[in-house]
Amino acid sequence: MRREIDATGLACPLPVIETKKALKDMSQGQLDVVVDNAISLQNLEKMAKQMGLDYSLETVDDARHIIHIQVGEGAQTAEERQVLTRKRAGKKVVVLSSDQMGAGHPELGRVLMNSFIFALTELENLPDQVLLYNGGVKLAVAGSDALADLQTLAEQGVEIVSCGTCLNFFELTQELAVGSITNMYEIVQCQMEAAIIIQP
Amino acid sequence: MLAKLPRIQDPNFLVGFDHSDDAAVYKLTDELAMVQTLDFFPPMVEDPYVFGQVAAANALSDIYAMGAVPKTALNIVCFPAKLDMGILDQILRGGSEKVMEAGAVLAGGHSIDDVDVKYGLSVTGLVDPRKIYTNIGCRAGDVLILTKPLGVGIVCSADRVGEASEDAMTHAVKSMITLNKYAAEVLGRYPVHALTDVTGFGFLGHLHEMLAGQVSAIVVSGQVPHIPQALHYAEEFLITGAAQRNRNFLEDYVQIEPGVSFGLEELLFDPQTSGGLLASVPARVAKELVAELEQLGLPCGIVGEIIPRVEKEIMVR
Repeated sequence: MRREIDATGLACPLPVIETKKALKDMSQGQLDVVVDNAISLQNLEKMAKQMGLDYSLETVDDARHIIHIQVGEGAQTAEERQVLTRKRAGKKVVVLSSDQMGAGHPELGRVLMNSFIFALTELENLPDQVLLYNGGVKLAVAGSDALADLQTLAEQGVEIVSCGTCLNFFELTQELAVGSITNMYEIVQCQMEAAIIIQP
Repeated sequence: MLAKLPRIQDPNFLVGFDHSDDAAVYKLTDELAMVQTLDFFPPMVEDPYVFGQVAAANALSDIYAMGAVPKTALNIVCFPAKLDMGILDQILRGGSEKVMEAGAVLAGGHSIDDVDVKYGLSVTGLVDPRKIYTNIGCRAGDVLILTKPLGVGIVCSADRVGEASEDAMTHAVKSMITLNKYAAEVLGRYPVHALTDVTGFGFLGHLHEMLAGQVSAIVVSGQVPHIPQALHYAEEFLITGAAQRNRNFLEDYVQIEPGVSFGLEELLFDPQTSGGLLASVPARVAKELVAELEQLGLPCGIVGEIIPRVEKEIMVR
């Protein structure tokens, strides 16, 4: 299927909006969007790049620019493609290796860590994963002050994973109250594949 | 564009030393200088009364960015003769109320018949020439403070295509009709090394002017005050041509580090109408200053710091 949108005469953001609408309805094929200025073409390119789409650009003359967008193999919707892009771009991983934040006073460290985790829940762009090992696993067990906030994160799709060896060591395996248990292989894997690791 | 015009030499014409400033400053006596500016544009909001307020707050802003006090204002009006004159009445009422709030006198103006509506003002203010704020003079160790949220451009553009929520527009309008007078009064009580207002070139464009090739800046994108929905609209690609033009112009000066979200990036390039003041102040006064600015009721805050000149002029992290 090949579709063309004539977006000449339309001011930004209209060409982008029209393109987004068309992409939503298309499962396969090529979408050509024609605009009449280079800036609109650049905005379409930004969108295609962000959405992880295959595209090529063509400038016929000053008043005619075209973006050719290839729409996926299989029946991917635009949303699925966005998720894929995010995955491909690497995850944001928060690593908590202690129940305290920073070195100084342990009591202060614990207060800071709890407010760090609360602040995470307030983020516009949540991390993909929170990785807990060593003393960090104490945050995810029953009775932890940070438990409610970790649960909030989990409900919003953030993966909470605790190190099994560590839970065993502290004899807290039965007390784990949020997320799942993982092993060193996965801990290494997660960190190797992360786009960014945040370690307070 | 002014580069093509013959340059007039006059020792009392003070704003010869910085061509990027938006207002002209002419020294009358050793203690007194006159500041002149004008700005007008087509409506960015539906409501004519609100448009009048926004246009006036925007025109007055350049006076405050120079550290001056507005004294007189003149209307500039383009209006189709066949359109309902009641609309014009509302635009002018919005404008005159803001001029009054500024403590200046609306002394008249000029209107012409045109195909589209445009409105703005020419404003004259006074300042002690020894106390003029210019938009250059940032020093390494300064912090950058922004007095209004970013994102009004994106929200207004989303509104034009029917995609903005009422709440988002309320935030944007509140920000646009707020006079920079109040933030300028607070800043007047602190040492300020450089000051500008954020308008068409966006936050990064005006910051680029402030740095003047002398120093560099680190912008902490996560701390930039913004209209919450604007970020969401940007992520939905409700983006503007003007922001892309700003991006193209600044390409060589700005380095955006990985991890900064696409939406935040777009906000930093977003052209602002009646945007906030951007001040470069010594770090030691920043906390107290921001606490005072917060009392004014708009999102504001410390958005970055000035460092000695390095290869890239602006680093966004």
